[in-house]
Amino acid sequence: MAYRSFTMEMLKDDRGGKILLSVLLALIIFIPGLNLFVPVDSVFHVSTYTLTLLGKYLCYALLAVALDLVWGYCGILSLGHGAFFALGGYGMGMYLMRQIGDRGVYGNPELPDFMVFLNWKELPWFWQGFDMFWFAMLMVIVVPGLLAFVFGWLAFRSRVTGVYLSIMTQALTYALLLAFFRNEMGFGGNNGLTDFKDILGYDLQADSTRAVLFIASALALALGYLLCRYIVTSKLGRVVVAIRDAEDRTRFIGYKVESFKLWVFVISAILAGIAGALYVPQVGIINPGEFSPLNSIELVVWVAVGGRATLYGAALGAVAVNYGKTYFTAVLPELWLFALGALFIIVTVFMPKGVIGLWGQIRDKRNEMKRDTGGASSEKNIEGAN
Amino acid sequence: MRELDRLREVMRRDRVFDFVAEKRLPFTNGRHAVIPGELDISHGTILYVEDITVSFDGFKALNDLTLYINDGELRCIIGPNGAGKTTMMDVITGKTRPDSGVAYFGQTMDLTRMSEYEIAHAGIGRKFQKPTIFPFHTIYQNLELAMATDKRVWPTLFAQLTGEQRDHIDDVMEIIGLQELREQEAASLSHGQKQWLEIGMLLMQNPRLLLVDEPVAGMTHQEMDKTAELLKRLAGDHSVVVVEHDMDFVRSIAETVTVLHEGSVLAEGSMDEVQNDPRVIEVYLGE
Repeated sequence: MAYRSFTMEMLKDDRGGKILLSVLLALIIFIPGLNLFVPVDSVFHVSTYTLTLLGKYLCYALLAVALDLVWGYCGILSLGHGAFFALGGYGMGMYLMRQIGDRGVYGNPELPDFMVFLNWKELPWFWQGFDMFWFAMLMVIVVPGLLAFVFGWLAFRSRVTGVYLSIMTQALTYALLLAFFRNEMGFGGNNGLTDFKDILGYDLQADSTRAVLFIASALALALGYLLCRYIVTSKLGRVVVAIRDAEDRTRFIGYKVESFKLWVFVISAILAGIAGALYVPQVGIINPGEFSPLNSIELVVWVAVGGRATLYGAALGAVAVNYGKTYFTAVLPELWLFALGALFIIVTVFMPKGVIGLWGQIRDKRNEMKRDTGGASSEKNIEGAN
Repeated sequence: MRELDRLREVMRRDRVFDFVAEKRLPFTNGRHAVIPGELDISHGTILYVEDITVSFDGFKALNDLTLYINDGELRCIIGPNGAGKTTMMDVITGKTRPDSGVAYFGQTMDLTRMSEYEIAHAGIGRKFQKPTIFPFHTIYQNLELAMATDKRVWPTLFAQLTGEQRDHIDDVMEIIGLQELREQEAASLSHGQKQWLEIGMLLMQNPRLLLVDEPVAGMTHQEMDKTAELLKRLAGDHSVVVVEHDMDFVRSIAETVTVLHEGSVLAEGSMDEVQNDPRVIEVYLGE
């Protein structure tokens, strides 16, 4: 009861959040049901393909929410968030590789196929323990968090900000991309990790497993949203926005700005890692391509399109842009990158607050027109939608 | 000599009866004990700036600057452009490290070895030349953020306002005269109101020393009068150092005026003394 009222209190002024959570709840209830229990020839049947696709979108949405936390609220434009996503994905991928056991092409019960192929005799130390699910899940959280901590500690302590920080994050993900491409790294080189069989003993190809993964993704997004919402409505959230708007002022009123940035950055990286871990079993592969700088930039576009500093806007943007991508790459594959670029320009120039902010923009415009004789310009900020 | 000091202490007008309640610490033989993190103003001086030199690429922004601020004093610092006023504030607040010299807050705190946030915690509040407030927070939230409390990460995450803290915010809101606008976003305030809000934010930190950089730049006359009243009200409970160009404004608030020129103190005294000092006249009129 107390917990319930606590959640209610948090979402009191958050219409977008309520809508997002309701939609997620509806998805959790209906989509797996329509997939599993409605006959295939019925119009209401949801194919496993659609189910998996939606699950993938939900993972992207969680990733976008994580980026919105650092970019929209703290003003840290990370162009390397894909790296944390990919690291989480690799953590899950390693577990799934160990789950294959002796069913691989070479039938080695201990070593994944690519290691046998490379003539490795034993499992490298960093693959130890990944046969245990709990350990792999721990690493999904610890590894991205630790990387974010070390990187952030160095960067924020040296007061690297703005575009320089963005370039450094971009370099970070690019460096990881190159490293993971190497066979010697022991993560499957450019093929990555794939050919997964089961998760926790359940067949990954089975519809019911897919449904459970879908539900897990929806739950992770809901919980991730609630966590971020709690953070941004707390006093810490106000400090973080204060850092975004006037960093020096925040420092002079006695906040250790570096620690706050670092904290938010680490939390965001962990959420990105979790999103990656849920993504991999649904798409069935993780390879170094996920570290590609382009992925991280696309991620920024999702958040910008949805609307920064709203959280639910980021989730909406991720789903919308990815739906567009799925559609476009099927119909006009060569035009997708142009469409993405145009989208980014249009949003930055005409809709600084994204799709979510559009409603507020329209309303402000209408108000302005109504009292255009008054002469008083509207100083009111475009916060309308929240 | 000690008796004379004691007599002086008794005669101080800004701290009537304070000496009676003076806390005597055990095992100190009448001397004061050094308590880490605790401001020690037992000698009546809150800020010592001695022989500070700061140079940027060979240009000496501060040149052997020596300055003392008494506890509870309202001090105005004037000087032509480039005299080193803002650099001095940067040194005191830890933004700039001096090449040589010492800056002490009270008897014990070495400002040249503390970071910005540590100095803020120790009790020095700073108002910038350009009003810097948090534009997307309400007036209330601006004050709440500035409030003196545990400002580490985890306590901030779970922070809830206590009744006492609410009262404190309300008090400050009344002092700066913005109580009617409490739920408005700070971006919508006028220039003067932003300056007051920033002073209010300083007050929320419970500072012992307020550094105020050009508080009336760009203000109307009414706003200036109100600001003068506000600053005078703050002196006594707090030590206030005001850097200002506007001479009328300085005259209306100043007890003691320090004139800076080329990074060091040129003259110090009451406004009249300073204005009749031939060196000051030369610096101001000679340009």
